[in-house]
Amino acid sequence: MDIGIRIDRAFKKYGSFVAIPDLSLEIRRGEFFTLLGPSGCGKTTLLRMIAGFNTIEGGDFYFGEHRINDLEPARRNIGMVFQNYAIFPHLTVRRNVEFGLRNRKMSRERIASQAEKFMALMKIGEYADRLPEKLSGGQQQRVALARALAIEPEVLLMDEPLSNLDAKLRVEMRAVIKEIQNRLGITTVYVTHDQEEAMAISDRIAVMSEGVIQQIGTPKALYQRPRNNFVATFIGRTNTMAARVFKRGGSAGLEFNGDCRVPMTNLKEVKDGQEVLVSVRPEELVILGTEVPGEVPALTAAISYSTFLGLNTHYIVELGDGLQAEIIQESQIDDIIKNGTVIKLGIKPEKVNVFTRDGSQSLIQGV
Amino acid sequence: MKRKNEFDFWISASLMIFLLYTLFMVYPLLRVVSKSVVSAETGRFSLKYFIQFFSEPYYYTTLSNSFKVAVSVAAVSLVIGIPLAYLYNMYETRGRKTLQLLIILSSMSAPFIGAYAWILLLGRAGVITKYLQGAFNIQVPTIYGFVGILLVLSLKLFPLVFLYVSGALKNMDNSLLEASQNLGRTGFKRFLTVVLPLCMPSILAAALMVFMRALADFGTPLMIGEGYMTFPVIIFNQFVGEVGTKENFAAAISVIAIIITMIFFLAQKFLSNRHSFSISALHPIERRKAPPLGSFFIHLFAYGLVALSLLPQAYLVYLSFRKTSTAGIVFLEGYSLKSYQQVFSNMSGAIWNTLRICGLALAVILFLAVLIAYLVVRKRNLINAVIDTLSMIPYIIPGAVIGVALIMSFNNRYMPLVGTAAIMIVAMVIRRIPYVIRSSVAILSRIPISIDEAAESLGAGKVKTLVQITVPMMLSGIFSGAIMSWVTLITELSSSILLYSFRTQTLNVAIYAMVGKGADGRACALSTILMAFTVITLLVFNRFSKDGEILM
Repeated sequence: MDIGIRIDRAFKKYGSFVAIPDLSLEIRRGEFFTLLGPSGCGKTTLLRMIAGFNTIEGGDFYFGEHRINDLEPARRNIGMVFQNYAIFPHLTVRRNVEFGLRNRKMSRERIASQAEKFMALMKIGEYADRLPEKLSGGQQQRVALARALAIEPEVLLMDEPLSNLDAKLRVEMRAVIKEIQNRLGITTVYVTHDQEEAMAISDRIAVMSEGVIQQIGTPKALYQRPRNNFVATFIGRTNTMAARVFKRGGSAGLEFNGDCRVPMTNLKEVKDGQEVLVSVRPEELVILGTEVPGEVPALTAAISYSTFLGLNTHYIVELGDGLQAEIIQESQIDDIIKNGTVIKLGIKPEKVNVFTRDGSQSLIQGV
Repeated sequence: MKRKNEFDFWISASLMIFLLYTLFMVYPLLRVVSKSVVSAETGRFSLKYFIQFFSEPYYYTTLSNSFKVAVSVAAVSLVIGIPLAYLYNMYETRGRKTLQLLIILSSMSAPFIGAYAWILLLGRAGVITKYLQGAFNIQVPTIYGFVGILLVLSLKLFPLVFLYVSGALKNMDNSLLEASQNLGRTGFKRFLTVVLPLCMPSILAAALMVFMRALADFGTPLMIGEGYMTFPVIIFNQFVGEVGTKENFAAAISVIAIIITMIFFLAQKFLSNRHSFSISALHPIERRKAPPLGSFFIHLFAYGLVALSLLPQAYLVYLSFRKTSTAGIVFLEGYSLKSYQQVFSNMSGAIWNTLRICGLALAVILFLAVLIAYLVVRKRNLINAVIDTLSMIPYIIPGAVIGVALIMSFNNRYMPLVGTAAIMIVAMVIRRIPYVIRSSVAILSRIPISIDEAAESLGAGKVKTLVQITVPMMLSGIFSGAIMSWVTLITELSSSILLYSFRTQTLNVAIYAMVGKGADGRACALSTILMAFTVITLLVFNRFSKDGEILM
């Protein structure tokens, strides 16, 4: 039943503003696929094109082998969950869940049992005969999910479904969504601007910016091997530093501040002296102490301030060239390093990412 | 295939509405304009009616008179209505809901009935006048003319200001008041510098509304003006007085009237655009308990005002139970139900007409208004934008002008509507529908589009979505609009008076015809019945509305 979605050269504009210039994408069967990006990146536009609420100016959209461009939203057999839930406020929970079923040729008994099944699945059976306004945000979201799933859609679309919930509920509901999706195995397209949420919930993520997909990959791939600097900075936290490539015989490395030389083993073809951007995540910086032996490559930094967060301690440091950087270190039993202390920093070369100067391409092999 | 059918459905709905507007509003108004610039004798283009109007003081003074009335009434209504709304929403008062109901009730009758009652109370032979003269030898200043009009209309229209400003205050966030308090600004100064500016859009809207109503009202000046002529009065006189001969002149005056109201409408638009901002109240204003002395004055002010504005209606109710002479026109000592017997045996037609005509008009209004609101909000295209604009036009057309325009257009072989109930319904629909459209548009805009999309994605078509989801969700809002419309319709006079025939006489017209002749028990009984309708309507409204929110 579940089918993949294929988008071929989608094009969308509003007036003269081109929202999506040229976008192709494949979503596998039963996959939990997330469109992630800052607001205005076109992710909701794309979702609404899949749903049929936005016109498609160009390109082809397929559910499986079936082209859906000219199909009405009502006939695409999609379940949609909206940011504001879009629960019908004048209908009881039961009538909300039954709404889609009543639009199909189905016996009364089937409708009732189907609604009952999905209300039980979403654990809202006890509120069945209440009006939605009496429910909390999380319960309303469950109703919205039950309603969307009850019609047993081929594709489930979710447009920032958790953004109206408070932080704790958000974490709880995303576990619920993930679990239900796993159990039903339904192809799901999920839109969010919250990268942590995307990482937690998705099989694969497409990071979007200005209507263009920057990278598609698993959460792990996006975090560890971003394809460009935009993805590196958008997913997780990172310190972006300028560096220069140096070559000695067969090996290459990165030179920071003209003195700190870090050998690298996974760089693509690079030229000696090439200017690059290095994206170093806070946990990829290591505090080596106040003094290191001369042969160990290390940056010099001064502690600006620190934040103790229990498991980890965050240090904000100032590097020699006036650049600020963040370091995350597992909290030690010793004293927190005092502000103003000058320290030496090591870099984990196998983890850092290196981009061309303009940030547009990764210089790491296999990315 | 399905998409194409639905497309056709909405387009034909748009076209139908556009046609209705063209036939019943645009065409009649164009008739008025064309008549105003054509000489009745030669049939050629001529500005002589405009020249005549502006060269004879008898005519052009009506313009300044109308102006003076409308501006003064608007000013007095604001001066009474704003403080009342402020005190009502800032402080606890006893019997809040009743008080609001009474304030609304006092606005809910035709102004001319108020004028009639004030004459019976304070006129030359009025009971209060006579009493004060007999007991204390106090000469009551005359109530006829400008003062009377101002008194009657101000007491009738200040509730509009009260409702508008109350609405604005209900949307005000308490933290704004707390912030200004925190910054050291309290009391009257806070009222002037924070509360008033925040209410400004509503105040401007209310001022325009009061201004327009005062300008267009003609029952009051006719009844109590005694020679203080306003221009709705001369339109009426020109038209009804000598039908045919002065039709073109009446048309010219109508055009002048429309131009004036249009200027004020645009000025208000301009001003309120400059003052527009949106605030959403997360924390509504919490009412406080006033100190005892302050509370006493608040109650005195509020209830005193209500008592004063309800006094005329109460007096008419009292008179309706008095014994009358056989003909019904002289009040005698003692009480009886004779006036009611007379009314029910002779005038039941008027009661039935009121229910029939106003009921039908209301049904048409609700159907069209919801449809138009849906088209305007959810189906934006050129024709619906035109419909949106057209639907605003009746705001600025005085009722008398609509009456005149309809008579001029439908008094012919092809469309002989004059004298039928249909033409009265058309007039009522045109006059009232803008308000219902506006409130429906406001309600619909608050319903997120995703609700429609949810229904669609669940397999419901557009029409099904409208009927099963959108309309039910709008219902509570439409309902309050419908109630208010009903009250406005049963008290409508200025176009019905021109359009009625003996078969379609409504209560209001019947009362008007009777009170013109002087004191009359039957008129009092009819006004009481009309008032009873209004009270019942308001009570129904109160029963069903959640928060007593009124959409005018």
